[in-house]
Amino acid sequence: MSAQSTAAIPSADVWRPSQTRRRWSGWLFYGLAVFSTLMGLVMLGALLYDIFTDGAREVDWHFLSNYPSRIADNAGLRSALLGSLWMLAFTAIIAFPLGVGAAIYLEEYAPDNWLTRFIQLNIANLAGVPSIVYGLLGLGLFVRWLELGRVVLAGSMTMALLILPLIIVASREAIRAVPDSLREGSYALGATRWQMVRQTVLPSAAGGILTGTILALARAIGETAPLITIGALTYVAFDPNGPLDIFTVLPIQIFNWVSLPQKEFHSLAAGGIVVLLVVLLTANSLAVYLRYRMQRRLQ
Amino acid sequence: MSPISRRRFLRAAGCGSLAAATAAVLAACGESSAGTQAEAGASAAAAPSMVQVTPPDGPIAGTILVDGSSTVGPISQAVAEEFQKQFSDVRVPVGVSGTGGGFKKFCAEETDISDASRFIKSSEAAVCDESGIGYIELPVAIDGIAVVVNQQNDWIGDTITTDELKEIWAPESEGAVMNWSQVREGLPNEPLLLYGPGTDSGTYDYFTRAINGEEGASRGDFTPSEDDNVLVQGVSGDAGAIGFFGIAYYEQNTGVLKALKVDGGAGPVFPTTENILSGKYAPLSRVIFIYVSTVAAERPEVQTFVEFYLKNAANLVGDVGYVPLPAEMYNLALQRFTTRKTGTVSALDGVTDTPNSVLQAWKAGA
Repeated sequence: MSAQSTAAIPSADVWRPSQTRRRWSGWLFYGLAVFSTLMGLVMLGALLYDIFTDGAREVDWHFLSNYPSRIADNAGLRSALLGSLWMLAFTAIIAFPLGVGAAIYLEEYAPDNWLTRFIQLNIANLAGVPSIVYGLLGLGLFVRWLELGRVVLAGSMTMALLILPLIIVASREAIRAVPDSLREGSYALGATRWQMVRQTVLPSAAGGILTGTILALARAIGETAPLITIGALTYVAFDPNGPLDIFTVLPIQIFNWVSLPQKEFHSLAAGGIVVLLVVLLTANSLAVYLRYRMQRRLQ
Repeated sequence: MSPISRRRFLRAAGCGSLAAATAAVLAACGESSAGTQAEAGASAAAAPSMVQVTPPDGPIAGTILVDGSSTVGPISQAVAEEFQKQFSDVRVPVGVSGTGGGFKKFCAEETDISDASRFIKSSEAAVCDESGIGYIELPVAIDGIAVVVNQQNDWIGDTITTDELKEIWAPESEGAVMNWSQVREGLPNEPLLLYGPGTDSGTYDYFTRAINGEEGASRGDFTPSEDDNVLVQGVSGDAGAIGFFGIAYYEQNTGVLKALKVDGGAGPVFPTTENILSGKYAPLSRVIFIYVSTVAAERPEVQTFVEFYLKNAANLVGDVGYVPLPAEMYNLALQRFTTRKTGTVSALDGVTDTPNSVLQAWKAGA
């Protein structure tokens, strides 16, 4: 130490800001950030271009309203589309109240003790469990043990398990973002805890909760592995007529077409992907719209 | 594509608006479609006329669950499609859990008919026996396995012998036979790249037994894929590649692949429909089956479906890339079904899954 401090004072050049280098590293970082953004966009663009050039001309009413067929010209994805919508509807009915209820409990009611922290840790971990594991759980629990069979409801319950952690995490974030001043204001007016949650917290958090739920549902509609595991069928040429009916879904139908040798079916698969993307994008834009409306109403 | 009638357009528009609708509306839309199957059938001009069958006693309704091999799946789907046009109250969904997965469900009484690209194994049969499920074994078509190389591969000529195939695929060759020059005298020093179906597939089971003499015995250092289209891409992309898969995938890709004649000791034979049917394309062609549960066979709709299957398979298997059995075999199979002859002929000594061998076993009273 002492040797250093007594050494000759370095010349002033060392302290001169090396403008060029700092500018360059600044530009470099900017370039990297732009590159990262563009990379994702270009990939998405290429994917969409590829899919739409192959598949867009396949999508018409004939394609949406017909059942699958061994003759490519007659084939459609009606049963798969209806199966996906049925499954989605029941997944939402099951997962939404459970997810939001759990989030309200954890944020507004649960005492801060080891049990609560243990539950929270587990929910965070569940969000990272591979989807096939949920499929095996669904097969053992709903299909075999509850003896539901390979029906829409078994699929919905499995999917609900899969997206519950996502809904809980998103809803908790939204509820936590509600300022405490609102809660205290509510209490000050004589509200009970339930009234406070219902009339103050939930309306403020609704935008975030709905966004999280719809994004989670969008994930559910694209999942294939858990449904193949629980035994959703591949070829279905009738409409599922209720939650206790057998079914197929869009991703399975697409997979089936892709694996056939004939090229015409590969175009049909691309058409199926277009339909799946449209359903997904519709769900996502619904999420954006709902958030926008909720936020505006609050202001 | 046929022009869209006004009625169909309106119906489709009604269903299309579902994207944002509730389950109640879904149900309404689903119901309205019940009567549309006949109409859809009438517009399918390309479909050949089917042999009609009459249900044993009056109209039939219900659900027939079919699951099993992904090789047989397209045939069952084609038959189910035509069957449901004629009997719109019967629903025939088809799953593709694989031959093994299909038998698990079949012997647990979860399915009525199991698609199989090989005979039932004795371990699988034991499970069925235990749960009291009898099975009727019915051949439905012949599938040939094509051995293919890259189109740039001009050194191999047009023939490969089964001994050479064994040299390439044997378990001992793993890490050792890596070059075409090791396969045959005089072949150039080109790296050997192998592509084949995944180890869960019936095609893999069959190929390893036919070539290496033991089911499931092969080298492990090949590129496997459950999706045969991936194998097509792999072989067409590497000059030194060799692979095998069902002929349907070769026939759809003759422009990018080169199929080899296979010499099993009786001279080189190309996998044409005629050679597969006559049994000349040996040992790489095999019979594929459906197994019908004796419990399910009591139901009139299952009886009608199986009868329809065996009477129309000859018409339909070509559409999906397979070779029909000789007419005699379909007739005998139908006879086996009507007499509810259970069990598998593979339990007998020396019976293999070539059409002739199965036929001889039947005639010998199996």
